[in-house]
Amino acid sequence: MKISGKKKRNYNLIIGLCLTGFFLAVAIIGQFWTPYPVTQMDPTSVNLAPCLAHPLGTDNFGRDILSRVMNGSGMTFFVAICTVLMGAVLGTIIGALTGYFGGWIDEIIMRINDILLSFPSVLLALIFISFLGPGTLNVILALGILFIPSFARIVRSEMIRCKELDFVKSAKVMGIGPFRIMFSHILPNTLVSMLTSAAIGFNNAVLAEASMSYLGLGVQPPLPSLGRMLSEAQSYLLNTPWYALAPGVAIILIILGFSMISEGLRAWKR
Amino acid sequence: MKYIIKKLITLIITLLFITLITFTAFSVIPGDAAAARLGTNATPEQVEALREEMGLNDPLPQRYVNWLRGAIRGDFGDSYQYDTSTVASLLADRLPVTAILAVLSLVIIVVVSIPLGILSARYAGKWLDTLINQLSQITMAVPAFFLGILLTYIFGLILAWFQPGAFVDPSVSFWGCVSYLIFPAIAVALPKIAMVVKFLRNSILSEMPKDYVRTAFSKGNREGRVLYVHILRNALIPVITFIAMVIAEIMAGSIIVEQVFGIPGMGQLLITSISARDYPVVQAIVTYITAIVVIVNFVVDILYRLVDPRVKA
Repeated sequence: MKISGKKKRNYNLIIGLCLTGFFLAVAIIGQFWTPYPVTQMDPTSVNLAPCLAHPLGTDNFGRDILSRVMNGSGMTFFVAICTVLMGAVLGTIIGALTGYFGGWIDEIIMRINDILLSFPSVLLALIFISFLGPGTLNVILALGILFIPSFARIVRSEMIRCKELDFVKSAKVMGIGPFRIMFSHILPNTLVSMLTSAAIGFNNAVLAEASMSYLGLGVQPPLPSLGRMLSEAQSYLLNTPWYALAPGVAIILIILGFSMISEGLRAWKR
Repeated sequence: MKYIIKKLITLIITLLFITLITFTAFSVIPGDAAAARLGTNATPEQVEALREEMGLNDPLPQRYVNWLRGAIRGDFGDSYQYDTSTVASLLADRLPVTAILAVLSLVIIVVVSIPLGILSARYAGKWLDTLINQLSQITMAVPAFFLGILLTYIFGLILAWFQPGAFVDPSVSFWGCVSYLIFPAIAVALPKIAMVVKFLRNSILSEMPKDYVRTAFSKGNREGRVLYVHILRNALIPVITFIAMVIAEIMAGSIIVEQVFGIPGMGQLLITSISARDYPVVQAIVTYITAIVVIVNFVVDILYRLVDPRVKA
């Protein structure tokens, strides 16, 4: 680590934030306005190549692909935000309680966490979906549960580290209750690690949601979803390859945005 | 030795825990397997008779023990969706296909990523390292199924190097099957190659400033020798543990990629069984996948200790 000298620009963070910001804006706009109604079929313009009227072409039902990508990214972000929020909130509570109080419950919960962490999220999501049944809500539920361990771990280790430090001890002497110490004294220290973890979580959530929808286990038709569009596009690959390209590139750029943010945050922390 | 036994006990507990949870979950799901199997025209008496025959009327703990007893012998019961087949026979058809795909992917990952990781670390900070870094960041963002679609389009439809959907069963022609599975294996492997390259690079770089490296240099060894003989031996140790994670990722990736290329493997069976609510099959596959992940972790843990005697139990 250089102490002197000019600090290098954090390009990862800047580009990542721009990419994510752009797609978030597109997704939000896509919920209120799209060039064409999302589910409107038009038998006179089926499988059109990209042109002025339809910048990304139309699909096999004559639906405008740009409109569907815009609206579908909304679903992707919605699922990602819900799952990360769920994982972060529950993970923080579990991590704080187990880390601060310790004991055998801590031992058991951390063991379960270890087991969950050794499985890739797509695999665990599939296992959860296999008994919850297909559907958007179930995907959110499954992924949300999966993200609990990674957040719980960060918060727990910070609780254990800070428990013995002077600022917590003096807070205790002042008669401040354990919950106030946990959440308003110790928790703010974890902010950057939590943000990094959240960015990785978003990354995994987008990937897992797209995979589930591609397999037909996530968002159900006729609602557009990027993964679902890809699986439909696959049948028309020979004649209309651009149909697959649009949702695929959108997924890649969304994931890339989040992964660049997490890289950038990691560099920033140092 | 004590450590191995302790780990082995944890492994068995984990397996029991996960099978118990999935078994309970499948049992409390609404819907009557017997009624579903007989169709809508069945009389209540017929349904009741079949329930008795399938053992659905037994209490849950007893059913779990029965299932476990069968599972240990490799008997996972009968499939709900295919009347004539047992779960074991369905799996026996699918397992070799998925195994070939997984082994191919792992070979591709190891063969490509280890040289790239070494190169990237050796030229750290130079243009080659930057290039490899950027490429890995991009490939990590490509979902395996989209990569599969791209490969199908470029190599299947445009270049016609393989025929999409024309899967060759390994019992018909083993090499025909392998050659069909090469592109799916690439789709599974590519995002993971990036992960391993990054991990190996950082592992080598973290060894560089250590004392033994300086000693090796001061004894007059050349850079290449220090890198390949001294550093690499130590840097590869953490990669062994990482490979366990990669194998789990390969399992996840191949489930999805099988769907893209129309490969009749475990993944495809799992997806159709989830949609058809064929729980004995789903339960068996979930058990298989868990067992593989847990056992791989166990083996890697033991290997780690064998390779690096400094790690004490």
